[in-house]
Amino acid sequence: MSAPGTIAWLARHELRLAWRDWRSMLTAGRRRHGRIIVAILAIFALFMHGVAFAMLPRQFAARAIDKATLLVVTGCMVLSFSLLLSQSLESVTRAFYARFDLDLILSSPVLARRVFTVRIATVALSLAAMAALLAAPFIDVLLLRDGWRWLGAYAVVAAMGAAAAACAVAVTVALFRIIGARRTRFVAQIIAAVIGAVFVIVLQAAAIMSYGTMSRFAILQSDAVVTRAPEADSVLWWPARAVLGEPAAMAAVVAASLVLLTLAIMAFAPRFGEHVVAAAGASHAVARRQRPGAMRPASPAWALRHKEWTLLLRDPWLASQTLMQLLYLLPPALMLWRSFAEDIASLVLLVPVLVMAAGQLAGALAWLAISGEDAPDLVATAPVPAGRILRAKVEAVMGAVVIVFVPFLIALALAAPITALVAALGIVAAGAAATTIQLWFRAQAKRSHFRRRQTSSRLATFAEAFSSIAWAGTAALAAAGSWFAVVAGLIALAILAGVRLISPAPA
Amino acid sequence: MNFTSLSERTPALEIAGLHKRFDRPAVNGFDLAVRAGEFYALLGPNGAGKTTILRMVAGLLRPDAGAIRIFGVDALADPVAAKQVVAWVSDEPMIYDKLTPFEYLEFVAGLWGVDAAAAAARARDLIDWLGLTGHAHERCEGFSKGMRQKVALAGALVHDPKLIVLDEPLTGLDAGSARQVKEVLRARVRAGGAVVMTTHILEVAERMADRIGVIAAGRLIAHGTLEELRERAGSGQASLEDAFLALVAEEAAA
Repeated sequence: MSAPGTIAWLARHELRLAWRDWRSMLTAGRRRHGRIIVAILAIFALFMHGVAFAMLPRQFAARAIDKATLLVVTGCMVLSFSLLLSQSLESVTRAFYARFDLDLILSSPVLARRVFTVRIATVALSLAAMAALLAAPFIDVLLLRDGWRWLGAYAVVAAMGAAAAACAVAVTVALFRIIGARRTRFVAQIIAAVIGAVFVIVLQAAAIMSYGTMSRFAILQSDAVVTRAPEADSVLWWPARAVLGEPAAMAAVVAASLVLLTLAIMAFAPRFGEHVVAAAGASHAVARRQRPGAMRPASPAWALRHKEWTLLLRDPWLASQTLMQLLYLLPPALMLWRSFAEDIASLVLLVPVLVMAAGQLAGALAWLAISGEDAPDLVATAPVPAGRILRAKVEAVMGAVVIVFVPFLIALALAAPITALVAALGIVAAGAAATTIQLWFRAQAKRSHFRRRQTSSRLATFAEAFSSIAWAGTAALAAAGSWFAVVAGLIALAILAGVRLISPAPA
Repeated sequence: MNFTSLSERTPALEIAGLHKRFDRPAVNGFDLAVRAGEFYALLGPNGAGKTTILRMVAGLLRPDAGAIRIFGVDALADPVAAKQVVAWVSDEPMIYDKLTPFEYLEFVAGLWGVDAAAAAARARDLIDWLGLTGHAHERCEGFSKGMRQKVALAGALVHDPKLIVLDEPLTGLDAGSARQVKEVLRARVRAGGAVVMTTHILEVAERMADRIGVIAAGRLIAHGTLEELRERAGSGQASLEDAFLALVAEEAAA
């Protein structure tokens, strides 16, 4: 048993909390569901191994390690690293801003730098665990086919987690110093969203511009890129070679990432307490002076809609998530632009993307507006019928969805008006369905719990996803002129009816 | 606003035979009448049903049985009309972190359909009165508990309610903030409004309330002025605390 206040003691505390948090997330807080969850996870793991078995080429291991292979592996690594860095930025920002037990710990005689050391190490560890879990099926299949040398890939995954955590700490602390505590949270979340999306988008955009395809690998496997890439023995390929099982490269990559993490902790840990205190006082700093003394004439419905839109605009997490969704729509938009003069038929591919995105966005906004009401008593005691309150909130959600998607629909309408009309109908259907599901599953929660909304009702989350997929499929078939759209539409309606049957009775 | 003309004949709040059951009975045949221009304090041990009663008055819970009339309006038959004249303030101020106090008051005024110019003037007065002038256009996310409670109270007053229902509004407030809140409430009562408040701070009830009700196990076991309660408890010149404890002990023993 380690002595209280030591790094080992703090690490044990953090790991215990992280484990319980993770377990609670999986079992929705019900212990007796543990065995079922383990069984489901085992089935899922088997399924993913099957997918990896089918996806990986049989002769993959035996192939010569040429520049094209190194390029593809490096591309995959950069993509994975960008996602890890995005997640890491999120976690580090939370370490600064989420109070939870920090007030208790920092008011104790424990050294703040020890707390930070443990927290950053925990971020690195959880990232590595997450990445290892996702990569495990592929690594395991390679292990089976080509032997033990692939075991090193797990070490590379862990190294990527450590490096991502180190970079995230450096970026967050730099932001603190450059733009101050108040703006850091917002900017860090935007950066996290952009980093997570930008690599995929750049690859897709380049592929669309050069080859007219949305495949990310097209550009990496092109002759132009392979010719210009460094020679196969360049040090730049070491991370890829480490993944491919070369012991020297693997040792170098693991060592480099551990050094990076250690340096980050040593450099930034001593000032952790200061940053946390600055973050806690961030909102006191700036007074906003706007429209002093004037109020707009407002009906209750207008007041509710205006309040919802104001809160949505001021929600940094939502802003970053919406930005990410919009960024992911950029490649389809580019495709649209390219197709304008060439192949209008390919625009049909855009319809399900837009409809799916609209369903997901509407679901998120509806949860915030309907369940994530921070002053439920105030709204409930207002002299406004409950139905009118809900209607105003739904209007706010659908209004926001319309604002986001209208520019895409206008662009689409210029190229293919009928396709645009079908997409618009699909967007309305998917948005309305997702909002309706959130209405049926509404449960009072704090707005700040938005990120955990999936764990509070998995049923609602799955229902929302299935509904969006069904409407996306319906719209795609309709845009393609297929009569199967009717069948798909009936399936989408059946999903909605089924969800209604299993939804909880209104309170 | 002066409510005196309303206050003469119409009781501000009438509750009769109120029942509410969760796992066990929480409110069990509760009766109460509060006059306009009266400050009424509701006291009781933890779990006595005080908050449940006030939430039913505010329209946040529906009773299993009983009647609630607010300034003559049947609150169960016509909740919207009843809510028009009621304000609810809970011990945990529910405000929006991302709105400024001024924006919050604008939102509340919109919900109650208050004329924009009148609401703006009232909001400015309330913000000054509650000492929030320097923070009127800052987002509430960094506010202390006391400041948040003041914002919530300003929200409750911006639509000029005739009946203010408060559940432990002074919890967590510093002495200065608590005094400001008490002054605001006194002013409302002087203007003819009615205040019904629960509190665990018996000194507040002793000093501020015109009448005090003691509730235990969901029923009103005693009510009246401080002197009447002392007399009822047989505690002579003892403090309200002594009278309250004697009444609750008597009920528990019965």
